Amino acid sequence: MQPRSEQAAERILLVCAVLSSLITAAILVFMLIMGLPLLAGGRIFTLAISAWEPGRELFGIYPMLLGTLAVAPLALIIALPVSLGTAALIGVAQPRGAVLFVRRFVQLMTGIPTVVYGFVGVFLLVPLIRGMAGRGTGMCVLTAALLLALLVAPTMILFFGEAFQSVPRAYLLAVDAIGADRWQKFCHVILPNAWRGVLGGIVMATGRAFGDTMIALMVAGNAARVPQSVYDPVRTLTSHIALIKAADYNSLEFKSIFACGLALYLVASVLVVLIRRIGRHEAAR
Amino acid sequence: MNGRAGERVFQFLCWLSAAALIGAVLMILGYLVLKGAGSLTPELLFGDTDPLKALTGRAQVFDGILPAMAGTVALVVLSVGFALPVGIAAGIYFAVYAPPRVKGVLALLVDILASVPSIVIGLFGLALVIFLHKHLSPAIQPSLLISSIALACLVLPYIIRTTEVSIDSIEPELKLAGQAFGASKLQNTFYILIPRALSGIISGSILAIGRAAEDTAVIMLTGVVASVGMPGALTGKYEAVPFFIYYISAQYANQRELAQGYGAALVLLMICLGLFGLAFLIKRRLESRFFYRG
Repeated sequence: MQPRSEQAAERILLVCAVLSSLITAAILVFMLIMGLPLLAGGRIFTLAISAWEPGRELFGIYPMLLGTLAVAPLALIIALPVSLGTAALIGVAQPRGAVLFVRRFVQLMTGIPTVVYGFVGVFLLVPLIRGMAGRGTGMCVLTAALLLALLVAPTMILFFGEAFQSVPRAYLLAVDAIGADRWQKFCHVILPNAWRGVLGGIVMATGRAFGDTMIALMVAGNAARVPQSVYDPVRTLTSHIALIKAADYNSLEFKSIFACGLALYLVASVLVVLIRRIGRHEAAR
Repeated sequence: MNGRAGERVFQFLCWLSAAALIGAVLMILGYLVLKGAGSLTPELLFGDTDPLKALTGRAQVFDGILPAMAGTVALVVLSVGFALPVGIAAGIYFAVYAPPRVKGVLALLVDILASVPSIVIGLFGLALVIFLHKHLSPAIQPSLLISSIALACLVLPYIIRTTEVSIDSIEPELKLAGQAFGASKLQNTFYILIPRALSGIISGSILAIGRAAEDTAVIMLTGVVASVGMPGALTGKYEAVPFFIYYISAQYANQRELAQGYGAALVLLMICLGLFGLAFLIKRRLESRFFYRG
């Protein structure tokens, strides 16, 4: 028999674990309750496809959905090749000293506050983009995507790097032995063997890109309109939540931000399940 | 010869990617240092108020970031204070006690919590306020306490994960040695596993502090304001450095305020990178000490 103190300790630890995971459920429940009046009776579809015009009693989140779908994927597309290259540099060798510096620098990047990126972006990047576009304020899809790419790149690089390093050494030695160069080694051995890790890194980075608030809020312009080009200002789901100023907690306008919250929550959950799927296969191999 | 050329192109592209990335970040940091370094004076903190009077609470600071710094410190202490005991306990449970099936479910939920965007956690805090306001007491408003609770939810998964990973990555021999000598599970956990995993847990906690200090999205929905003075009560509004930076970028009225914004951004950057470096050093130093001893 276990002594009583053993049992008590285990129970306390269990309570903490359950409490932590219940927060996740509590967030979902609160979003559902608060957003319910807007979601009931099939109105969720109207909400997802209609415009945001509070003056006309229209509280659709369609422009924000598209805003997020414009900024986040563009950021990922910008970040992916750069991250792949940098990760290959870290994972596939090259002179040790410089590579170590690159790795440390990338790790350090994860410690830079998002709001700092946003702040410098407003005063450094926005005027540059304004000049490039020749119109508007310079706060647009492209500006946000560029900064967001910097934010998600370390996530990708560190994930990719790990995946590249987990390729069995025997394969690398074998491919060296038959005289392949680094390029061939990377394309034909490392990438095919590490693609699950690469996928995992992309999924992780997708989560960060969808979920970031401050960069889009500070440099994307926040216009609740469907963007027509990368030089158009947009409002993302996240910044829509941040911008809400309704004093009346019962208004439909206020309720609509919980629809945004739910959408973001769903995306996050789906991505986590995806990552776990990918990881499980990795572990089984 | 063709292969050689391919390899050279590949190498070039890899270096180009790394250089582009590092160059972009250095440009941003360099710009900030250039613009912000001049603002790093006592005046940034205290404004026109006498520092001595401000620190002893005899005078209010109106145009310095001291209230925002104090707000951020209060926020970090409270939120990490809430999250640390629960997070470490949960991490220990996952690493040592949890049966696989229980762990599967609970860990999935914690993973989701880790990836829920911080603005959604802020929204959760706001919903909590509205709920309590309606059902408990109309006196409940967005406040320092609510922000700290929401922020604790944000950093909790980091703490759980680093605790779990630090314990998991202990050598299997060491994990079994205690039990082989007849130690109970609890003794094994507290006398062998936790001391061995301590460096990882501490450095993870320091990273959580940095995360709590830099987050803006959670607090902007739960009680932070641009100007209210030093944080007074748990149930009151407060200022915070990251929110001040955001606020200045959107609404600065004159060059002086803008300079303050640069200064504040630089201060926040230094704090976060400092914490990051500290976490790194602690992990390394403790590890090497254990290494030499063993």
